[in-house]
Amino acid sequence: MADPSPKPARVQLFATCLVEAFFPETALAAVELIEREGVEVVFPAGQTCCGQPAYNAGHRNEARAAARRQLSALAGDLPVVVPSASCAGMMKHHYPRLFSDPAEREAAERLAHRVVEFGEFLVRGLGVRLRDAGPPLRVAWHSSCHALREMGVVPFAKALLAGLARVDVVPLRRETECCGFGGIFAVKHPALSAAMAEDKLADLAATGAERLIAGDCGCLLHLRGAIEARGLPLRVQHLAEFLRERVHGG
Amino acid sequence: MPEHARDRILARLRRAPREAQPPDDAATPQAPAPGGGAAAALEAALAAMRAEVQRLPREGWAGELRERLRGRGLSSLLYARGTPWAPALEEAWAAGPEGPPVLAAWEGTVEEFRDRLFAADAAITRAEAAAADPGVLVLRPGPAEPRLLSLVPPVHVVLVPGERIFGTLEEALAGGGFAPPLPANLVLVSGPSKTADIELTLAFGVHGPRELLVFILE
Amino acid sequence: MGDSGFEARIEQALADAGLRRNFASAMGSFAARRLAVFPDAAALERLREQGAAARRRALARLPELLEELERALVGNGIHVHWAETAAVGNRIVLEILEAHGVRRVVKGKSMVSEEMHLNAFLARHGIDAVETDLGEFIIQLAGETPSHIIVPAVHKNRAQIARLFHEKIPGTPYTEEVAELNAVARRTLRRMFREAGAGLSGVNFAVAATGTLCLVENEGNGRMCTGVPPLHIAVMGIEKVIERLEDLPPLLRLLTGSATGQRVTTYVNLISGPRRAGDPDGPREVHVVLLDNGRSAVYADPELRATLQCIRCGCCLNHCPVYTRIGGHAYGTTYPGPIGKVLTPQLAGLERAGGLPFASTLCGACEEVCPVKIPLTRLLRRLREETVQAGAAGGAGAGAIERLAWRGYGLSAQHPRLYRLLFACGRWLGGLMPPVAALERWGRAHAEPRFARLSLRRLFRKRGIPDA
Repeated sequence: MADPSPKPARVQLFATCLVEAFFPETALAAVELIEREGVEVVFPAGQTCCGQPAYNAGHRNEARAAARRQLSALAGDLPVVVPSASCAGMMKHHYPRLFSDPAEREAAERLAHRVVEFGEFLVRGLGVRLRDAGPPLRVAWHSSCHALREMGVVPFAKALLAGLARVDVVPLRRETECCGFGGIFAVKHPALSAAMAEDKLADLAATGAERLIAGDCGCLLHLRGAIEARGLPLRVQHLAEFLRERVHGG
Repeated sequence: MPEHARDRILARLRRAPREAQPPDDAATPQAPAPGGGAAAALEAALAAMRAEVQRLPREGWAGELRERLRGRGLSSLLYARGTPWAPALEEAWAAGPEGPPVLAAWEGTVEEFRDRLFAADAAITRAEAAAADPGVLVLRPGPAEPRLLSLVPPVHVVLVPGERIFGTLEEALAGGGFAPPLPANLVLVSGPSKTADIELTLAFGVHGPRELLVFILE
Repeated sequence: MGDSGFEARIEQALADAGLRRNFASAMGSFAARRLAVFPDAAALERLREQGAAARRRALARLPELLEELERALVGNGIHVHWAETAAVGNRIVLEILEAHGVRRVVKGKSMVSEEMHLNAFLARHGIDAVETDLGEFIIQLAGETPSHIIVPAVHKNRAQIARLFHEKIPGTPYTEEVAELNAVARRTLRRMFREAGAGLSGVNFAVAATGTLCLVENEGNGRMCTGVPPLHIAVMGIEKVIERLEDLPPLLRLLTGSATGQRVTTYVNLISGPRRAGDPDGPREVHVVLLDNGRSAVYADPELRATLQCIRCGCCLNHCPVYTRIGGHAYGTTYPGPIGKVLTPQLAGLERAGGLPFASTLCGACEEVCPVKIPLTRLLRRLREETVQAGAAGGAGAGAIERLAWRGYGLSAQHPRLYRLLFACGRWLGGLMPPVAALERWGRAHAEPRFARLSLRRLFRKRGIPDA
């Protein structure tokens, strides 16, 4: 997975709405891991939500409006690092489809070209080698649907985890099955959404791992809510936060 | 009026925006030629589907076949008189020692023969061709050989000429003499009849034959 | 809008531990077998490309191809009928049967006949249509509809089937032995094959170049239905036509491998005509009913047209996290699962079925396995857009509150200050959940999400991350 292109001097961070609202530590961890490699991170403050919730709910106009905002906020030539495969996928694969105007479509395609998911950026963009300073720990990995099927970035996350000397990654029996979040799905079909979360957590419990690592905060929000509602002795964590924790020996 | 339905349906379809037709795909990715030849691969595929496969020498095949069918509890073997291999069967049965199965000929039309057909316990047909991948026999019923011979009796015996075994179904259809006009019925058979509709538990012979005995003529 | 009973049926299905276990196990088994029969991922991908291309090629020429098919079928001596709606299709079948004085029909498995509710229609007119596929036979006895496209009785265990046979088939003792249950079905149906005046079947593929109907099966009941009675009537959706015989082998491999993980079905039945002069057996008459029933409307939309590529393998069902948890009946539609969620709103209309495409997380597992590469997530999303627009136009669609919510979303996404203000409110109020019923139900299974204590922007400023 060696990347021939040189390390960028600076990148933009697209934090994502879920990170800003519920998991800012994820963004902080991502920034730290990038800065450690000598790369400067900027956070264009004009960013908001990528528009995927509206897009997936069939509200194309609202999605397009959100996309325009991000196109404006993320203007420039820098790589755009996104700690979420679903948001990265939205911008990379779906933004161009939102616009019929050729100029806007071209702008969307230029942005799409710059967007890179966080795990992929660490491995291919930065070639990181992380020194695991933490105690022995057993974790499991959840492949979020977009990471797996749309962005194809799961191998990068797995490589990063495999590179942690004292972390044992135990396979989930149904690693690639959806956690049941699906944005509005969780609201329109709560019973199903809850059942899927339940199964994912049962799968986790069966591995004996105390922690579930994933690259998407939608999954994490959903699973964390289910864990807390039932008082389970389990924990979910974003890949960025986990890597940062391990590097600090925590 | 039926004609109007046809015209309306076609008109609606024609009004739809046309799209560029996808390019014609390249030739089927051919599976590599099986080691040991197509016959061995065919045998393995059929056996995996629970057919029983044996080889017969071309010289005296009918007598040998008769011997192999003894002791299987078959009382009779139905066959079609008008086929090129029928005389060999008749000769072998006329020659050898007595004993079941008795050779019995299909007579007339299915309307006339139905009761005897449903009462028979075995029938023999030939395969027009075979394909090792995915493991099928191509049956070509016609005036000489009724289609129901290979379906109704619980045991189906099939003769497969070794030289008619192709590597793939694509090859068999292309090179096996199946140019149009096609006969009223062609059947690909890969094994005995089966079902798994009850708790996904495999069972054989629900409606079609429960045993498929394949004899490859070498 | 749409099916208010859907959510209730979902919850009922989720609460049925036995059903969940049956389905999870069956679907898991199919998924595993599929991987076993397609061990080489690259080869499978090439095969899927081939299958997708064959289907798209046929659809690109659909009207011409249907005419070609008709010519070839008629040239082979097969009668061709065109039906715009299911009601017309049912009537055509009835007329043919009545013209031949048929009182009992033996039926092979046909999803399109389920779509038409053909059996019930014939029953109302005094004609008994007996299902002969074992799974269909079982559910017919039970008075139910199929719960899966390929294995219609997968929701039933052997005890349920044993009781069904014992109660519904005269002279049948109670037994849970699978071999004996199969023997009962065989005996019962064998008599029917012999005595029925006609056989009814579906069509897996209709080959335009040769005028051939291709039917696949494992049991032999299909060959019985289409080979023993003197009359055979086949019903097919107009999208099932393919160009030539050479298209069959890859599509057959994809169909059987994707459906049940088999390399090939026991039988592939290729029918190119009724009994010819000199043939000792075969039906004397063969009819085909070409059914539109909304397919031409699907065809009219170049994006949604991909729906018609479907070869009815059921693979998307087998891999869908929703379907595998609730089974087919919960959907309340002829076609369940991902393809059902895409096809039904188009055939039955958004008013009745516009909610179905929302019963999905868009996880993409279906699309990943579809043997003919139907872009299911794109179609689901598109149909959601259609439903939303129908609502905007005053028809079925998102309710007023929902539309308002999304308008609000749009505003906040366009205005960073408003966006951050909302998060701040969430922080101060300890939550931003409006007292809406749907969110409350979600809340029962989830602890309320905790808004972050500090704004990211402030955190970044503290750390010296520039605003760009």
